[in-house]
Amino acid sequence: MRDEIAADLSTLPLHGSGTASVTWWGTLAFILIEGTGFAVGIGAYFYLATVAPAWPMAAPPPDLLPGLIFTGLLLVSVVPNMMVARWAEARDLRKVRAGMVVMTLLGIAPLVARVFEFRAMNVWWDTNAYGSIVWMLLGLHTTHVLTDLADTVVLAALMFTRHGDDLRRYGDVQDNALYWNFVVVTWLPVYVCLYGVPRL
Amino acid sequence: MTQDHDAGTRDHQVDRTMLEARLAKTWRTDPGLWGALATVDHKIIGRRYIVTAFVFLALGGVLAMLMRLQLAGPEARIIGPDRYNQIFTMHGTTMMFLFAVPVMEAVAVYLVPLMIGTRNIAFPRLNAFSYWMFLFGGLLLWVAFALDMGPDVGWFAYVPLSGPQFSAGKRADIWAQMITFTEVAALAVAVEIVVTVFKQRAPGMSLDRVPLFVWAMLVTSFLVIIAMPAVMVASTMLILDRLVGTHFFNPAEGGDVLLWQHLFWFFGHPEVYIIFLPAVGMVSTMVATFARRPVFGYLALVMAMVATGILAFGLWVHHMFVTGLPRLGESFFTASSMAIAVPAGIQIFCWIATLWSGTPRFATPLLWVVAFIVTFVIGGLTGVMVASVPFDTQVHDTYFVVAHFHYVLIGGAVFPLLGAVTYWFPKFTGRMMSERLGTWSFWLIVVGFNLTFFPMHILGFQGMPRRIYTYQPDLPWHGLNLFVSLCAVMLVAGFVLFAVNVVRSLRCGVPAGDNPWDAPTLEWATSSPPPPYNFAHIPVVGGSNPLWESPEKLPVASGLCLDRRELIVSSVVEAQPEARESSPQNSVWPFFAAIATSVMLIGSIFTPWAVVWGAVPVFVTLVGWFWPKGTPEDAA
Ligand code: HEM
Repeated sequence: MRDEIAADLSTLPLHGSGTASVTWWGTLAFILIEGTGFAVGIGAYFYLATVAPAWPMAAPPPDLLPGLIFTGLLLVSVVPNMMVARWAEARDLRKVRAGMVVMTLLGIAPLVARVFEFRAMNVWWDTNAYGSIVWMLLGLHTTHVLTDLADTVVLAALMFTRHGDDLRRYGDVQDNALYWNFVVVTWLPVYVCLYGVPRL
Repeated sequence: MTQDHDAGTRDHQVDRTMLEARLAKTWRTDPGLWGALATVDHKIIGRRYIVTAFVFLALGGVLAMLMRLQLAGPEARIIGPDRYNQIFTMHGTTMMFLFAVPVMEAVAVYLVPLMIGTRNIAFPRLNAFSYWMFLFGGLLLWVAFALDMGPDVGWFAYVPLSGPQFSAGKRADIWAQMITFTEVAALAVAVEIVVTVFKQRAPGMSLDRVPLFVWAMLVTSFLVIIAMPAVMVASTMLILDRLVGTHFFNPAEGGDVLLWQHLFWFFGHPEVYIIFLPAVGMVSTMVATFARRPVFGYLALVMAMVATGILAFGLWVHHMFVTGLPRLGESFFTASSMAIAVPAGIQIFCWIATLWSGTPRFATPLLWVVAFIVTFVIGGLTGVMVASVPFDTQVHDTYFVVAHFHYVLIGGAVFPLLGAVTYWFPKFTGRMMSERLGTWSFWLIVVGFNLTFFPMHILGFQGMPRRIYTYQPDLPWHGLNLFVSLCAVMLVAGFVLFAVNVVRSLRCGVPAGDNPWDAPTLEWATSSPPPPYNFAHIPVVGGSNPLWESPEKLPVASGLCLDRRELIVSSVVEAQPEARESSPQNSVWPFFAAIATSVMLIGSIFTPWAVVWGAVPVFVTLVGWFWPKGTPEDAA
């Protein structure tokens, strides 16, 4: 078998952005995995609710305030998040740096509200199956907030090093923003389950 | 923006010897232990994965023989009831989670990048991480078993048996955490394969030119992605119930035991297709090569695989017919259980048509294919039988079911796999396997298998339940049981002979050359075994059977850098080249990350706080993994 040159690819860029980026697709695949995880968790919630004689079981519905604050903070964070993604696309290092710091703070702030949310459930994880699933859904989502926060912190730090001003980093920032949007979007059905369903 | 590497040497600027030397240096794996721990070469990792999975097959096989020894006669005293429980659980768990699924993904890790004409799998470090997680999960299970801590609750660990009330100690936790290890490993590979197939195909390999094994792995990977989270959620709930007193499965506090079964089989049934679809892909590939014509009904085969993948999710409830479901539900799931026979039928007709209209050459791989088709039809028939609720109610939990799923699993997956090993062995090693030994082991295994498992159907009709450690002499079962156990020896002899063949051929098999079978797909366009960079130039594809369409010369692309690991990223549908992307360097961090993750997961069997302090080393190793090192691969 002899090689015969049939195409010259020397003019192609050294790195693919957007849909040409391998990490973008990888992020999507992980989002699909975790999205399925959330769907399964929510399915389990409804399953338990259907077999239970009363829902919520032996507990008053959750208090609304901490959840509202948490949700509000998440929704607000979407705006700077989108802006960071746009600045990253424009390779505006100064703005991206600032944006990543803001996003770090906006990752920490909801976690404070989250701590109070666990208490506001008015039930412990070991009280009954209702408590278990409620704590699990909250825990699952908290893990995602924490993971993305850790990612954001590391990326923010990277942006202040000599590795910052690099197409790949800008791509990472965009993927990170995409993932944060996912964390926000998955919260909404969980929110409806935790706070809405017990009030039906 | 660093453009300086753009000025580095390109592949068309040097002669062939220089080209290969430069590429070999850029893509090399360093010698020694450190190099072995750090390598991200998909071929080395794939090879390791395959070998490890076969070691687990051997271990699971030893357990199977122990069970057959015990069951050979009534009232045997070789294995006590507690040990027997551990053994059948370990056998089932090892076979499903440490052999069948991993081995299929392992073959894909090795072959998919070669078949689509790229130089490494997407996310090669994740690939290394996946292997270590798989290995550590397997070690966890088997070390626990050696310490008499092996799980004893069956391979699907039904609650309440596996719950805190009926399974004190750590045995069930070991099972649940082993699930986490193997699912993380499997999910990682699934992501890699999806992205590799979508984005790294050789220029010109549009979706309608993708080899069928690659299609099979793409569909399988999506099944993994959608099915496996369910079992991870389930096993996490189980651990929480056992460790911190949640009540997911505790009816006394509003939990529900059937929740476990739903979650488990939502994963467990697609799992069967996660094992079976790759086998189908292997069969389609081998059929074409040995019939010496393009496969008949390419599009039909692809559609059948996709349809199987979708229907696989309509089936989980058929494992639960005896739990009492609403009438309409039962009818629905019976219908979809039967519907899955349609795509299976289409595939079988396509293979037969290919063989019929070709000029088949009955080398050992093709023998395996034929054995697969025959056995699978029998297993499929008993499958359609148990899909009917009244019938299932009769044979549920008897040896009829044991016979059925071994027909499907061994006939449907292990036979094609053994064929695939024989077929791709020359590519993996550069040497052919012996046809003579191959034929011997083929007949021993196929005949031994049928003699071992067919009588189990009858034992089932005679009412012999599965998972019993012994039976009384006045029951009418011992004649057949003795027969089954003796025939199992023949089956195992066949496997041993297969292993002997592998070892002997490795040392003194006939040198294979690049393309010993005159096969049409790209993995045969490079040397055997392939160099670290797979292809000196990335191929350019103009049809579905590139090496048949142009047997003398391989159209390739030029213009890639030699100083950094470079491959081509192409568009999803048409495979138009989009970028010359870099592929990550070797790194030992994935190994450290796997150790840190293992410590966290194993620690969490004993205390929930392990998740908290265990997360710190995981974080540190992940930062080490992703932090840019300023190598040429970082250039953009
Ligand atoms: C060497 C050939 C094999 C023999 C002789 C064998 C034998 C057996 C026997 C006797 C049982 C029933 C144990 C009981 O219910 O008491 C069993 C269970 C099982 N086998 Fe195999 N087996 C073999 C290979 C395999 C393979 C290759 C797979 C999967 C790919 C497999 C998967 C299973 C599973 C999932 C179970 C159910 C375990 C449970 O009940 O939890 N076996 N096997």
